[in-house]
Amino acid sequence: MMMADPGSNEEVAVIGNTDITSTELENNIINTMVERGTALLRKMEINVAEAEKRTGKNTVNIQETYTVYLIETRPAEAVPDGGTPATPDTLWRRYSEFELLRTYLLITYPYIIIPPLPEKRAEFQWHKLSADNLDPDFVERRRVGLENFLLRVASHPVLSNDKIFFLFLTEEKGWREAVLETGFQDKVDSRLKSLNAMFRVKNPDKRFTALKQYSDELNNVISQLLRVRARVADRLYGVYKVHGNYGRVFSEWSAIEKEMGDGLQSAGHHMDTYAASIDDILEEEEHYADQLKEYLFYTEAVRSVCRKHELIQYELEIAAQDLAYKKQQKEELVTGTVRVFSLKGMTSKLFGQESPEQRESRMAALEQSIQEGEEMVKDKNKECQEFVRTAWEDIERFKEQKDKDLREALISYAIMQISMCKKGIQVWSNAKECFNKM
Amino acid sequence: MSVGAPRGLASSGQKPIAEILHPLSAAQEPLSPGLDVTVTVGVDKEAGLTNGTPVETSSPASASSLFNRLQLDDDLEADTRDPYASTETRDLFVTVDDPKKHVSTMETYITYRVSTKTSRIEFDLPEYCMRRRYQDFDWLRIKLEDSQPTHLIPPLPEKFVMKGVVDRFSEEFVETRMKALDKFLKRVADHPVLSFNPHLNAFLSAKDLNKRQGLALLTKVGESVKHVAGGYKLRARPAEFCAMGEYLDTFTQKLGTIDRIAQRILKEQSEYLTEVREYGTVYSSWAGSEEELQRPLEGVADSVSTCCRGLVDQSENMSQDFLPVLREYILYIESMKNVLRKRDQSQAEYEGRLEAAILRKQEDRTPIPVEVEKCQDKVECFNADLKADWERWQSNKRQDFKQLLTGMADKNINYYEKCQAAWESLITLLQDKQTEDKTSETN
Repeated sequence: MMMADPGSNEEVAVIGNTDITSTELENNIINTMVERGTALLRKMEINVAEAEKRTGKNTVNIQETYTVYLIETRPAEAVPDGGTPATPDTLWRRYSEFELLRTYLLITYPYIIIPPLPEKRAEFQWHKLSADNLDPDFVERRRVGLENFLLRVASHPVLSNDKIFFLFLTEEKGWREAVLETGFQDKVDSRLKSLNAMFRVKNPDKRFTALKQYSDELNNVISQLLRVRARVADRLYGVYKVHGNYGRVFSEWSAIEKEMGDGLQSAGHHMDTYAASIDDILEEEEHYADQLKEYLFYTEAVRSVCRKHELIQYELEIAAQDLAYKKQQKEELVTGTVRVFSLKGMTSKLFGQESPEQRESRMAALEQSIQEGEEMVKDKNKECQEFVRTAWEDIERFKEQKDKDLREALISYAIMQISMCKKGIQVWSNAKECFNKM
Repeated sequence: MSVGAPRGLASSGQKPIAEILHPLSAAQEPLSPGLDVTVTVGVDKEAGLTNGTPVETSSPASASSLFNRLQLDDDLEADTRDPYASTETRDLFVTVDDPKKHVSTMETYITYRVSTKTSRIEFDLPEYCMRRRYQDFDWLRIKLEDSQPTHLIPPLPEKFVMKGVVDRFSEEFVETRMKALDKFLKRVADHPVLSFNPHLNAFLSAKDLNKRQGLALLTKVGESVKHVAGGYKLRARPAEFCAMGEYLDTFTQKLGTIDRIAQRILKEQSEYLTEVREYGTVYSSWAGSEEELQRPLEGVADSVSTCCRGLVDQSENMSQDFLPVLREYILYIESMKNVLRKRDQSQAEYEGRLEAAILRKQEDRTPIPVEVEKCQDKVECFNADLKADWERWQSNKRQDFKQLLTGMADKNINYYEKCQAAWESLITLLQDKQTEDKTSETN
């Protein structure tokens, strides 16, 4: 299975239970095909097949338990009928290695919205869910999330061509060294320093300002949604589970009844079923929450691109400012104008302390520096324009992806709700039949 | 489900009150345009089913409703095996409806219209229409209990409600009480013995109840309670009555549990509702910052609020229809237990006298006095009445709970159907947009 959507597997299963299925399924296939369009994905299938718990010593020699994930890759050629698919190449990676990969991508491709990793720790949980990092359900959801991350990168027109990414998928040993050799960490340090420094851009690009504002809004609204959803899940859980008490009391009551006894007893079983059904319903709903979470974390990536744009813009403005200053100096030198005009000062400047030779050489140095400055501004301008161009291209791509993904997430959420309603109708109809027999 | 079938008290007013189908009463009715609280219990038909003997329950006040009622009864006979359905008389129909608030300097109270239709010769007229207040019902019940000690007298709704929590003059409270009074009166009118009680006749037909004589009553009640309490020692209660007592104990306990569960569900549902409403709001506000996704997100918000409305209906139904029926049964069980106690008492009295008589007989050979024999007759009569009432009560109970629980299942099904429809229309909306997009892409 190679779907870019974390909920896809589940979604297909859910769709199977409902009436709306066929078109939906078709849509999914079409969409997935589109995303497979990168060279890498044409060449190879990627999945994170399983997770395993390991215990070992960490760098500071302390015993720790961690989870490793099995990455499987195999050639994507179509398997001829009757043939066996090629055995996949497999390797194990830890979550921290995924993090390293992402940091590398983040630094190397500042103009790209780097897909986020699944959450490190379970957040926005409703209370019945375990918050333990080693909890099997959590590990499973993370496995799906990590696979989704790899597929997002692999289906990205730029990121999919990255060598380090390819090595991540294919070389178990030596990958870490290869990443470190790229020297990206030095960049991390200097970039981080500048990013942390306070600076204010004079002429911010309105599009980026708007984008930044949007990503803040999205961040707020999704986290609010996730918080409320967790509370809704808690309450719904309560409603269902309290119904389970009917199961017990009907069964006890049935013991003292004659004609009504059987009906009550079996209605009681249906109430038990009803109470139990909420577990699966909410488990399924976690996939929806994960889809929302991915976009919650995406907002961070979007903001990071905006921030980097600001930095570049700022550097450009500084260079331009510097150049302007130098030009002003030159102007003063040529015309003899000084900002604070005085006859005495002017005379001394022109004829007094400074010889023409001196002036010449100062002039030459200024010329040189202005030329350099102009180069610099030109470069910065170019860099900035290039950044805006590439970044905007990726932003457009991201917007489209987001609209499509979220719309699909909403559809699958609605399908889940429908399936919940159907289960409810089913259980209550069964119970009603029993009541009718009383 | 038959609830809601007949609507017709022609005489009651025309303003319908919120659609509340109460199992205790039946259909609902339009209200009189009067200024006061107007609540009406319709003619019921099915409602009758819930608690009482299904067949003879209702007493329509108008010809058309009578017609409806009979029709319904036919249906009932066809598909129920209620032994009473076809055997009992159906010549006395009563309805309690149309509450009115009366405000005087001394007190404020509610009266209900009590309508009667009958072909019995004990009544001078075929139809009556009286206004009675709760006190009058209370008087009737005490009279019945006093004059028919061997019979199970149906319960009245509780006189006192949690003060401060419930507004005695609120529409909901009045409506619920009215339905319970209606149920009470129908149960009495359908009873083969109680329905011939002269006090009932007076209650239904007398202009002036003249119940001040009721004061004496209170003392009598006190006495009888004393008797029960001071009990003679019973030698051996017949097994069947022991079984009844045990049954009632367990049943009341189970009903109490069901009542608690239902209340807890109501509480959980209302908390759930609060969260879900906020959940919907978040989708709306999200829609505000999106372009392409605006309509889908608004659609989700709409579906969520449709589901909320469905849940509100469902919860209201539970608190206004489901819970009152449970509570009436809990009271009903108390009445039944009371009769059982009185029976024990009368058996004890007989045994006591018999023992004394036997002792005396051994001493002086006097024959067993007539009064002892009378006592014996009384016990036998008590036993017979009680057994008949018990059978009738069991049968009613079965019908009532069948209807109550089926109704609960229906409400839940209905809720899920509403939600399902809301989500399905959302999917249509989302997919429409998608196909639209695709077409525009290909173009």
